[in-house]
Amino acid sequence: MSTTDHNAHSEHSEYIDSDTGKMGMWLFLFTELFLFGGLFIVYAVMRSKYGEDFHHAALELNAFIGATNTVVLLVSSMTVAMSLTAIQKKQKNLAIGLIFFTILLAGVFLVNKYFEYGHKFALNLYPGSDVMRNLPHGEIMFFGLYFLMTGLHLFHVVVGGILLTIIMLKIKSGRINEEHFLLHENGALYWHLVDLIWIFLFPLLYLIT
Amino acid sequence: MNNQTPTAPLNYLNHKTGLWSWLSSTDHKRIGLLYFYCIVTFFLSAAVLGLLMKIEKVAPGETIMTAQTYNAMFTLHGIIMIFIVVIPGLAAVFGNIMLPIMIGAKDVAFPKLNLFSFYLFLGGACIALYSQFAHGHSPDTGWTFYVPYSAEASSNVVIALTAAFTLGFASILTGLNFIVTIHTMRAPGMTWFRMPLFPWSLYATAWIQLLATPVVGITLLMVIAERTLHVGFFDPKLGGDPVLYQHLFWIYSHPAVYVMILPAMGVVTEIFPTFSQKPVFGYVPIVFSSLAIALVGYFVWGHHMFTSGMSYESRWFFSLLTFLVAIPSAIKVFNWLSTMYGGSVDLQPPLLYAISFIFLFTIGGFTGLTLGSVATDIQVHNTDFVVAHFHYIIFGGMGFGFFAGIHYWFPKIYGRMYNIRWANIGWGILFTGFNLTYFPMFIMGIQGMPRRYFDYDPKFQLGQTISTIGAVILFTGLITMISNLIYHSKKGAIAPANPWHGVTLEWQIPSPPPHENFDEVPVITRGPYVFDNPHTK
Amino acid sequence: MSNNESHITSYALNFKVLLVLLILTTITILVIKAHLGAFTVAVALTLASIKCAIVLTYFMHLKFESLILRLMVGGVFLLFAIIIVITFIDYYFR
Repeated sequence: MSTTDHNAHSEHSEYIDSDTGKMGMWLFLFTELFLFGGLFIVYAVMRSKYGEDFHHAALELNAFIGATNTVVLLVSSMTVAMSLTAIQKKQKNLAIGLIFFTILLAGVFLVNKYFEYGHKFALNLYPGSDVMRNLPHGEIMFFGLYFLMTGLHLFHVVVGGILLTIIMLKIKSGRINEEHFLLHENGALYWHLVDLIWIFLFPLLYLIT
Repeated sequence: MNNQTPTAPLNYLNHKTGLWSWLSSTDHKRIGLLYFYCIVTFFLSAAVLGLLMKIEKVAPGETIMTAQTYNAMFTLHGIIMIFIVVIPGLAAVFGNIMLPIMIGAKDVAFPKLNLFSFYLFLGGACIALYSQFAHGHSPDTGWTFYVPYSAEASSNVVIALTAAFTLGFASILTGLNFIVTIHTMRAPGMTWFRMPLFPWSLYATAWIQLLATPVVGITLLMVIAERTLHVGFFDPKLGGDPVLYQHLFWIYSHPAVYVMILPAMGVVTEIFPTFSQKPVFGYVPIVFSSLAIALVGYFVWGHHMFTSGMSYESRWFFSLLTFLVAIPSAIKVFNWLSTMYGGSVDLQPPLLYAISFIFLFTIGGFTGLTLGSVATDIQVHNTDFVVAHFHYIIFGGMGFGFFAGIHYWFPKIYGRMYNIRWANIGWGILFTGFNLTYFPMFIMGIQGMPRRYFDYDPKFQLGQTISTIGAVILFTGLITMISNLIYHSKKGAIAPANPWHGVTLEWQIPSPPPHENFDEVPVITRGPYVFDNPHTK
Repeated sequence: MSNNESHITSYALNFKVLLVLLILTTITILVIKAHLGAFTVAVALTLASIKCAIVLTYFMHLKFESLILRLMVGGVFLLFAIIIVITFIDYYFR
């Protein structure tokens, strides 16, 4: 979905057809879904096996930070959708502002996560630590899944943030405009996926106490 | 590549020259050829490993290698053959070269992504090789990486897992590209049911690549996490469940078998009508059987785990579904035979390979039913019977399908013709060697010869020796076939645009195809297999 | 280049969707704090699925996309559900 500079004047080679590009993005999102899907299967199996331990281990998690991050991601999902509306309505500055705000929210999410993980590490609760190894089996599974699922999600937040930054710069330079905004659409789709995954992670990890 | 006479018309092989023009090309045909050369190289090296393993077994006891070497060899043989050769195999080579041409497009939907997947593939292949030569032992887990051994073995398992992960992503991106290409790039007038059957089989394959591969991706990541961070998902000591690993692994790896075989079925489906000069029998059932195989094939992974301690109900269920997959496969066999019936059959090398494909695939399929039924599976599980079965499917099916394809499209790809007589001789040696190698393994398997053993009870001496002799013949056949092709790709007689009198789009353009495939966009007004050229009369 | 005809979602609709999502999130938290016992997870997952559907439909513009794309998305979720069910044929009866 990248573009080249040397033939910026010939439209047909610079811009991929919108429907084609969008379908490609959706298919990519499907693979992302199944990537997390594998983890959800493990979660489901382990939870059915160790319901009590999961229950107990989830008390360790800070539901307030989890809820804050949920709101942060939902709002950011709206702002990125709005920025797409703005670019289509030729409101370039508004679009840039909304994207910038979205990136800011991604930053807030990361900061929250930093404190959350930091707290766990302070308690020596991380995969492979002695504290964790001596927990009941189900709690080991819970924290293992917690770190792997939120960690993989975090990775996607970072990638999404980078993608949105690229989009913001391209709107500034006019490469993304009311005629050609495929990258913007796809970036927004990716960001919504990050939100979608979190919609499931939040109740499954933080709220099962 | 570029020694054509200066007067020859420009085509994709000579419109630009130099190594860099190949390595940086986004032309689907050139990328397909890059895959082809890589895959053939890896195939031959893994075949040598297979041959060495067979030589080790020529007599009981240690003959040419130690048990540890043998373990490393079957692991490397498996990783290369499965992840580098047969999973990308047909789709990446013939899919790339032929799919856009057969649907009347200039290229795939995302040419740069296509090149990127090739380099991911190459990177993954290099990492797989690195796992052999890096500091420490070569991986010895088998290509399935079963826990708990893979989580504890001291060999370079993490590197091998990374390789499989990377190769998986290359496969996902190829599948993604093909789905979008088929949806959006078909020539005007080419409705879904005017599309040739090879693209249809690629379409079904691409969905499996797209939706099954990520599951194994995350599973391999979890094993890496297991080894590096001691998380314990699959480690019973920490409360994990090793059978869960097998579930996740086979959720991908069983559908992966259909990633291998479906394109091969697509190739022979192209070959039968051409060499019978007769429309394919039952176009629509073939389409739906491809889709049905892809769909039902997704739900049968548990038949690899009958002896792993699954619940009774689960074994019952997976066994039932496994029998269901046999139905669409049998429909295809029926259609291929009926296509030949009453046609003017021209027994050229591609057809020879295609017919032997049916023969070997049917043996592989029937023995698959033996393995799919719980009671008999428990008898032959983890024996040479299983090894023989999947070699009949993967080598006899996908391998012979690949050979059929290369003999079919060779004149189109290179614009030159191989020596038909040598191709026939090569086929004869290959086919004989193949059956000599693998058929005795069925019998030894039933008698209790376990797989993955470097040594055996002297009572298996006869069968093992026949099998080793077969392997040598098989390898000779491969060399005969490949040298014929390599030699004639440069020195062969110039081939006409349509040597086999085929009717699909790739035969309507010059050989080799021009850089942009079609001078003008073709408009399709009828189905793909209408034979009305004077030749048939 | 069919971007010109593509649907533009209004700011107001985006905002309304966000409100609904936030309300559903609040309900989820309240339901779980109310300790409904065995139903808790079922309710939480149902609400999450509804939220998921809303994000797909409006934020991700699925409502305005072609039928084929909508079928694909539906099929993919269905496939995942079937895989979970089949896996549990093993675990449930073991």
